[in-house]
Amino acid sequence: MIRVTLPAHLRTLAQVDGEVQLQVAGQVTQRAVLDALEERYPMLRGTIRDRARGRRRAFIRFFACEEDLSNEQPDAPLPEAVAAGSEPFMVVGAMAGG
Amino acid sequence: MAGVRVLVGTSKGAFILTADAGRKKWEVSGPHFGGWEVYHLTGSPADPDRLYASQSTGWFGQLIQRSDDGGASWAPAGNDFNYQGEAGTHLWYDGTPRPFEFKRVWHLEPSAADPDVVYAGAEDAALFRSADGGGSWEELPALRQHASAPGWQPGAGGMCLHTIMLDPGDPGRIFTAISAAGAFRSDDGGTSWRPINRGLHSEGIPDEDAEVGHCVHRLARHQARPDVLFMQKHWDVMRSDNAGDSWQEVSGDLPTDFGFTIGVHAHEPDTVFVVPITSDSLHYPPDGKLRVYRSRSGGNEWEPLADGLPQRDCYVNVLRDAMAIDSLDECGVYFGTTGGQVYASADAGDSWAPIVHDLPRVLSVEVQTLP
Repeated sequence: MIRVTLPAHLRTLAQVDGEVQLQVAGQVTQRAVLDALEERYPMLRGTIRDRARGRRRAFIRFFACEEDLSNEQPDAPLPEAVAAGSEPFMVVGAMAGG
Repeated sequence: MAGVRVLVGTSKGAFILTADAGRKKWEVSGPHFGGWEVYHLTGSPADPDRLYASQSTGWFGQLIQRSDDGGASWAPAGNDFNYQGEAGTHLWYDGTPRPFEFKRVWHLEPSAADPDVVYAGAEDAALFRSADGGGSWEELPALRQHASAPGWQPGAGGMCLHTIMLDPGDPGRIFTAISAAGAFRSDDGGTSWRPINRGLHSEGIPDEDAEVGHCVHRLARHQARPDVLFMQKHWDVMRSDNAGDSWQEVSGDLPTDFGFTIGVHAHEPDTVFVVPITSDSLHYPPDGKLRVYRSRSGGNEWEPLADGLPQRDCYVNVLRDAMAIDSLDECGVYFGTTGGQVYASADAGDSWAPIVHDLPRVLSVEVQTLP
């Protein structure tokens, strides 16, 4: 299972506590994980990737294994530890404003 | 028992304030969607239990929330606001072309006849319509594709479509207003539009009487007199007696005619309320005194209403969507401030009292009159 952590506002919106666990078929990429996340929690559509172009929203970051993966290609494989479920894929709201 | 439900959108969530017809004792619920900006929260005239809310942040974008039980519970509705066809361009602040791009929904306007029909006014300026209770949205693209649109330029708050007025007696007629393009009218349900800005005069633009380019802040009217419109422009309070074909200034003896909001009494079509703000560079009331001004003559002659409002050291603003008027026999008036106060008057403005003091910055106020 792929582990995904969400910022507090998105956990509230999706009505989840703690990590989300997702089954992802095929190669584990940023796009595949986010597609699976939005499939299971449709209310998150548009909150992480914009609705018009599917691009990461400007104040969203993707972290895993102590790396910033925000600017990786959406179809690039995520780290093995994420694919294996030993490390979470972290969706993070950038520190800005209040 | 008859009562009112005041719907308040703030920079950090939504609040619902309820009272019986006396409008003295209030219950406050919220924050709903805490931490999110709620630009607008409103109810369906056709079903008072049906509410819609525009919820957004810079982090997570736009959501639309819907309630079917008067705000006791909410569920996310659709948030896919795609501009149809070629996006086209408008002018950016520096005068260069910039593609229209969806940013947020400023205003929601439910149909008077069908609770599932609701219009949304967006930034960058565009008009959307949902016929399934906000589940899906379709743009009415003719407005954004108007021949004048490439020359539209944003106001300081963004290029927002902030006012939508529907005509219960004529489903084809829609009024909109865009900052800083001006007011527009459709007589065919949004298939075509024409600017209705004749008579407006704006010193901040090169052609002061241009067909478009005016910073209209808000439109209002009485339902029983649909062709008589009132407008708070950036500067100037205006009136039209012919559905916007032409306008006359009715600022009259106001201490300043800058402001954002304007409203009309529920039972007296010639009674109009504004909240004068010092100037375009001083967004607070003159002399630190918060006063609503009321005209009982459709403009020109205005009286200050100050009983119960702060008359010293008050430097808040009242934004364009932050005043509402109920339709109880003795008409109630409500407004919210950027300082987080919501004031209510149960006697058409003669006296005021705060319902709440310490909310976040108030972005919008609506009121539902409940049976």
